[in-house]
Amino acid sequence: MNINLTLIGQSITFALFVWFCMKFIWPPVMGALEARRKEIADGLAAAERGQHEQELAEKRAAEHIKEAKGQATDIITQAQKRASEIVEEAKGDARTEADRIVTGANAEIEQETNRAREQLRQEVVTLAIAGAEKVLKREVDKDAHASTLNDLATQL
Amino acid sequence: MAEHMAEQALTASGYIKHHLQNLTYGKIPEGHEHAGSWGFAHSAQEAKEMGFMAIHVDTMFWSILLGVLFIFFFRKAAKSATEGVPGGLQNFVEWVIEFIDDSVRGSFTAKNPIVAPMALTLFIWILLMNLMDLVPVDWLPQVAGVVGSSVFGMDPHHVFFRVVPTTDPNATFGMSLAIFALTLFYGIKIKGIGGFMAELTMQPFEAKSLPVKIFLIPVNFFLEFVGLISKPISLSLRLFGNLYAGEMIFILIALLFSSGISLGIFAGALQWAWAVFHILIVMLQAFIFMTLSVVYMEMAHHSH
Repeated sequence: MNINLTLIGQSITFALFVWFCMKFIWPPVMGALEARRKEIADGLAAAERGQHEQELAEKRAAEHIKEAKGQATDIITQAQKRASEIVEEAKGDARTEADRIVTGANAEIEQETNRAREQLRQEVVTLAIAGAEKVLKREVDKDAHASTLNDLATQL
Repeated sequence: MAEHMAEQALTASGYIKHHLQNLTYGKIPEGHEHAGSWGFAHSAQEAKEMGFMAIHVDTMFWSILLGVLFIFFFRKAAKSATEGVPGGLQNFVEWVIEFIDDSVRGSFTAKNPIVAPMALTLFIWILLMNLMDLVPVDWLPQVAGVVGSSVFGMDPHHVFFRVVPTTDPNATFGMSLAIFALTLFYGIKIKGIGGFMAELTMQPFEAKSLPVKIFLIPVNFFLEFVGLISKPISLSLRLFGNLYAGEMIFILIALLFSSGISLGIFAGALQWAWAVFHILIVMLQAFIFMTLSVVYMEMAHHSH
């Protein structure tokens, strides 16, 4: 229980321990704690930013989808319109073609009819002349009355 | 233990006295064997007569050993400290350091890089020294007796050995005086010698007129000086007193072991109960010492 040099020895020992602790223990540990605190804060901030960005992206995606839907509707409408147009056009074309064919056929028929009529007329003339010749065998000169007969043929 | 006592023919008071005597190294005083040469004191009387120029080898040994233990483990953790996921030791060290940092921030508002490491050193070192109280009182002294007699050729009867440095007032006063010196240093450094002296002489009684002020200086100085001096004394005596009393009770319980089987079993239960209770005291005293030191440093940094 005596007070002696131990007192001073203990003071020095204590001072040395405090000095060592201050130099080599406290700063690195506090540094690590500080660094970890910062890292965690950064991580949390990054997570929040990521979440925000995701929300934005979702919003953007929704807009894109809406736009695409609108465009698709437009395209379908246009396509339907075009299809009916094409059908109408085809109908028109077909009708024109049919008309043309009918007209052509009619013309041809008329032509044929005329030609047949002409031919028939010639044959009738020839027959008539032949009949007349037979009747008038001797009296009628074929060459002298040719112009009269031709007139008659044209009037038939 | 009983044999130990019988062998050395010690009475109960002799046993207690033996346990309360430090292993003292110094110049052997007149009127004893080998007077004039340096060596270990053979009795309490001899240790006392050695005066100031002697050293308690056991106190120094255990305090330095425990301090180095603290430094070693904390340095190991500090060296490998990373901001990544901490391992077991680093986790523990970080937990302790954050606890100390929190309590220092709670009571110390100025900026001084020495205070927090000082608090950490105080807390862990005192805690470790106090925990030596939980080692049964005869184990380490017995080992020391064997080592002393077989290695150094000493009479085991004369190998005194106290394993709890904080039951030696030299250790507690050593720390509190170092803290006292720090508070004086920072008090003068921050407030200036004038401010420091004014704090000692111009309060608690204040006056407007100069003659009254001068008249009040001795009164104020007396009050403030007592207050100033009482800080390191109360700080160290509180720790010393608590641990000394705790150790004394352990010694008294240990005495019961030699009084028959039934009392011995009773003593075992008592010792266990007191040890459990003592864990509380041990931690509490380390914490109180640390906190008060920080508070004294805070008072040195701010005028009140």
